[in-house]
Amino acid sequence: MKNKKAIDEIIGKYIGRKGSLIPLLQEVQTIEGYLAKDTMRYLSEKTDINIAQIYGVATFYTMFHLKPQGKHIIRVCKGTACHVSDANSILKAVQNNLQLTDGEDTTTDKLFTVMEVACLGCCSLAPVIMINDNTYGKLTPEAIEEIVKKYN
Amino acid sequence: MELTIKVGLASCGLAAGAGEVYSTIEKYLKKSKIKAELKKTACIGMCFVEPLVEISSENGNTVTYGDVSPENIIELIEAYAKGKPINKNVILSNILEGSENEKLNNQTRIVLRNCGIIDAESIEDYLEKDGYKALEKVVSSMSKKDIIEEIKRSGLRGRGGAGFPTGLKWEFAYRSKSDKKYIICNADEGDPGAFMDRSILEGDPHSILEGMAICAFAIGADEGYIYCRAEYPLALKRLNIAIAQAEEKGFLGKNIFNSDFDLNLHIKEGAGAFVCGEETALMGSIEGERGMPRIRPPFPAQSGLWGKPTNINNVETYANIAWIIMNGADEFTKYGTEKSPGTKVFALAGKIKNSGLIEVPMGIPLKDVIYDVGGGMKTEKPFKGVQLGGPSGGCIPAELLDTIVDYDSINKTGAIMGSGGMVVMDQSTCMVDIAKFFLNFTQNESCGKCTFCRVGTKRMLEILTRITEGNGKIEDLEKLEKLASNIIKGSLCGLGQTAPNPVLTTLRYFKDEYIAHIKDKRCPAGVCTSLLRYEVIENKCIGCTLCARKCPVNCISGEPKKVHYIDQDACIKCGACYDVCKFDAINKS
Ligand SMILES: Cc1cc2nc3c(=O)[nH]c(=O)nc-3n(C[C@H](O)[C@H](O)[C@H](O)COP(=O)(O)O)c2cc1C
Ligand code: FES
Repeated sequence: MKNKKAIDEIIGKYIGRKGSLIPLLQEVQTIEGYLAKDTMRYLSEKTDINIAQIYGVATFYTMFHLKPQGKHIIRVCKGTACHVSDANSILKAVQNNLQLTDGEDTTTDKLFTVMEVACLGCCSLAPVIMINDNTYGKLTPEAIEEIVKKYN
Repeated sequence: MELTIKVGLASCGLAAGAGEVYSTIEKYLKKSKIKAELKKTACIGMCFVEPLVEISSENGNTVTYGDVSPENIIELIEAYAKGKPINKNVILSNILEGSENEKLNNQTRIVLRNCGIIDAESIEDYLEKDGYKALEKVVSSMSKKDIIEEIKRSGLRGRGGAGFPTGLKWEFAYRSKSDKKYIICNADEGDPGAFMDRSILEGDPHSILEGMAICAFAIGADEGYIYCRAEYPLALKRLNIAIAQAEEKGFLGKNIFNSDFDLNLHIKEGAGAFVCGEETALMGSIEGERGMPRIRPPFPAQSGLWGKPTNINNVETYANIAWIIMNGADEFTKYGTEKSPGTKVFALAGKIKNSGLIEVPMGIPLKDVIYDVGGGMKTEKPFKGVQLGGPSGGCIPAELLDTIVDYDSINKTGAIMGSGGMVVMDQSTCMVDIAKFFLNFTQNESCGKCTFCRVGTKRMLEILTRITEGNGKIEDLEKLEKLASNIIKGSLCGLGQTAPNPVLTTLRYFKDEYIAHIKDKRCPAGVCTSLLRYEVIENKCIGCTLCARKCPVNCISGEPKKVHYIDQDACIKCGACYDVCKFDAINKS
């Protein structure tokens, strides 16, 4: 835990409020980057929410990460429209470009993490990827290099 | 003469480069003599020609251009200002002939009435379009019973997928006695291939807030949530702005329109789980738990969020409400069919020419949606099927394109209306692969509560994978059907109950493709990589050695300037040789 003070503040904001576990975890993750075991244990001690419940929620939702993430998040859409527009070759191009081998999702320099997501809501521009909050559409595998370069 | 220039800045526009177009215009107007007001709007639905810019003048003349770029926009503005608008890439206009005019004219815009027309971040724009007049009308002059009666008479059915009558749902929540009631807007839009809710959220957020407020007033709720998926950052931002503006103007908060009606709305960001679109799972998620569906009954109208009576509707459902109140149920039922009145917004995507959002009256044939409004196929390749209803739906083949779009007719085909995502497929799509794709999706998204949904979908996926890899047996098809029927019977929520639909419909309409995979070890669409074969076409190969150098597993041999050869046993079917060959000398079959 790098930001104990900030975490305490977030806990203070949510403690005792019903239904606040998800936003609590979301905010903690925003400042910590991910939810480490120690962080979850600490949250449990401070809030009296059972650690099993915290872990259960953190593993249920794809938004929560139990491992450190890259600085930039690349979401490759694998929704229906993108799938039929050959999203697989886009994913391959992204992985090749970042030199990720099978099973890895984060580059060794921790600059990029690649995720597969189901639909970014821009299906008419399929295939689509999103880097942080920016969406790129009508992609070809060749276009990936230029786009990723902007974030290097 | 002062001009108004509007740029479409929804997610689709931004992804196509509308942000740069906007800033180019902004910079230009600072220096130019041309007087123009630069405005932002959202998505008009013509996503295939984004970025879109509308130029209009005080006398009402309007031209909307598509495919605009930072390079050509200045020329378009200058020509317009000189009174000689350029007649190229015109999408809509009342002074020039636009190629797409007709396509918009085939539509009926109730839900999308303001999308792409007003600035979504300006409540003044919404008010100018009679915004919040419906809320004022119900609060000051209608009884709760009258409102519910009006919605019931309109026949509006929930647009979130199941098509349950909205008025009836409101009546149940109204009748439940409790000191506290909630309303929820389901903006989780999980169907991969559907984006109409996003467009409404980004393009006309106040219409949703107004619909929710009318519902809250009618059922007696004073607090509500909008559950919006986190993948829609722009929608979340605009919702936040809209709520703050509505609170400031007194349309939300305490004593709305000087009555004793109070309403507080909150936004809940989804955390990435498809099953949370299911209403009871969604409530679990708002309560801060794992989003697992609960047994119904009790239904949300009796015991919903934190055990209190709750009404939940979809984004598009709420967006209809203010229009119905203002124009009356009779006007609404003029559109659509007897059992499915009104309009439906569809998100057209895939291999269709005019991909984007359209709103058409219920009851028009699928054929017209695809060929008239949607402009037909994108390429020369013929139509094969259209997928409706996402992971819960099915693929409808060409023979059934005369089916009309309403809840009951679509159900008869084995697909479902769902939220309105339509993904059009051509001959390059493999139907077995599509079935596998959806099953992979539902299998990943199953919350794990019901054994049949958790394990059964996994077994089905294994069988489908086996078939796409050329290891299927003909008995597998029967096994798939049996598993499917057990999963439907043995699952608690809609996710499991409908998960087999994509498999069942493709089995029903495209069985020959399954058989080709199993018997001939062949993928007719050339999609399933394991069944592909790459071969050198001898009379085309000049022996340039490029393919041999690019092959990642070194399975291509041959001397320079001589015909090369691919070792089929070592080939991993990556397609690298096919992609790099400059002489089209590799045959993929
Ligand atoms: C697995 C599953 C996912 C669902 N996803 C959504 C969704 O993303 N958006 C939605 O509005 N309804 C979704 N629904 C339907 C909701 O449960 C519910 O019926 C709907 O929100 C009711 O609103 P309506 O009556 O206005 O349609 C889903 C249902 C299931 C079973
Ligand atoms: S399917 Fe990729 S954006 Fe919708």
